[in-house]
Amino acid sequence: MLEAFQEFFRQFAADHPTWNFIFFYEERQWNKVISGLWMTIKLSVVCVIFSVIIGIVGAAMQGARSAIVRGIVQGYIQFFRNTPPFVQLLFFYFALGRFTPTYSPDGWLEVPIISNVGWAIISLSFFAGAFNVEIFRAGVEAVPKSTQEASEALGFTRLQTFAYIVLPLALRVSIPSLNNNLVNLVKTTTQAFVIAVPELLYQSITIWNDFPSAQNPMMLVLFISYLALVGILVLGMNKWERSMRIPGYGA
Amino acid sequence: MTWTPDQPIVSIHNVKKAFGSLEVLKGVSMDIMKGEVICIIGPSGSGKSTLIRCINALNDIQGGSITVEGQEVHDDNLDRLELRKKVGMVFQQYNLFPHKTALENVMMAPVKVLKQNKAEVETRARELLRKVRLEGKENSYPGELSGGQQQRVAIARSLAMSPDVMLFDEVTAALDPETVKEVLVTIKDLAAEGMTCILVTHEMGFAREVADHIYFTDKGVIVEHGPPETFFDNAQDPRTKEFLSQIL
Repeated sequence: MLEAFQEFFRQFAADHPTWNFIFFYEERQWNKVISGLWMTIKLSVVCVIFSVIIGIVGAAMQGARSAIVRGIVQGYIQFFRNTPPFVQLLFFYFALGRFTPTYSPDGWLEVPIISNVGWAIISLSFFAGAFNVEIFRAGVEAVPKSTQEASEALGFTRLQTFAYIVLPLALRVSIPSLNNNLVNLVKTTTQAFVIAVPELLYQSITIWNDFPSAQNPMMLVLFISYLALVGILVLGMNKWERSMRIPGYGA
Repeated sequence: MTWTPDQPIVSIHNVKKAFGSLEVLKGVSMDIMKGEVICIIGPSGSGKSTLIRCINALNDIQGGSITVEGQEVHDDNLDRLELRKKVGMVFQQYNLFPHKTALENVMMAPVKVLKQNKAEVETRARELLRKVRLEGKENSYPGELSGGQQQRVAIARSLAMSPDVMLFDEVTAALDPETVKEVLVTIKDLAAEGMTCILVTHEMGFAREVADHIYFTDKGVIVEHGPPETFFDNAQDPRTKEFLSQIL
């Protein structure tokens, strides 16, 4: 069965020189695609989680009494929102990466404690996180001041009010915009390619550098993979949005 | 300076409050004894709501003093939690937590703020909802309840903290005439049980019926005050007479 499958694509490549689905009959290339896809998924999931946490913490800090704290958050947003993520990745890896301590597993090699994957996670999470702060802030502002007052009058502290009242309500308002930003984040993981993170785009390019005839099929793989990944994310977000719906509220 | 029940439970002395250049309270004083029901009436913008919001430190003041059970409210070292345990507040717009059911609204503060046992709080919360005549609505969300029902949940939510004083800020102003009654009945029950109540209200009939003392405020000062019979039937100040003639 598998033999016939592989044979079909080998023959297909011979008949159509620009459509070499090499990963279907050469295990080495197949493994590259799979490991690239897996790296993209890991990168996406971890960055989505971190960026949402950064967004929530940032939105909470924007409500702080201290002008310094609010200023720091504002500076962070301006920096990460107004510069290209591509440049940020380069900056984190090449500029900051130079100053990170290294360790030596075998006494010879000098390995930095933060790998390129680590920097990609940090950089992309902060990039998307900056947008998430703004998204959550809009949600926080949509929560009536009077609702917060009621919770204050019941003895809740500012932090408790944020955690139990403001955030759950703000989240509901924020989900559609959050959805957009997370979709963008998943797609932006491809830019980690610039610091040689072996994600799907990186692997695809190595494949078509070795086998130019595989370029079209690899592009197809890229499109289909991202359509599927983003599709799953959007489905999940929509399901979450539905489960958060409050009967009789904001209808 | 420990407080004893024979002293005023809430004592307001020469309180001044301004929003920017707008003076809202220009030296207001009143003493409220435990178990008393006080109604504050007056035209819009006379500072009624601001005054009661100062009692539980939702607003700060620029002069004078407010004490609750002997504790100065406008003190930088104020233990806000301690104050808010003593003083419950109900708002004009109910301000329920829309993402929580009626029961959860009532349970939330005792569980999260006072860290009380959840099962015990639930028993008490169900009892409170029964008391405000909302049996069967425990699992409804605020959005599924009428204004009057929401306001009664808000009262139960406040009572769940076992306050010594309840503040009511125009709690029937947003309700239609039919539901006003159900909320007033609930407050009347509370007053009958001996709860100290301070109400800002436009319900003159109700004020007359339940209040021990009426305060009439206008332009940031107390124009006249007295027991309801004297106040309504024998007002002295021309400003009071004019106000009463317009609404009665």
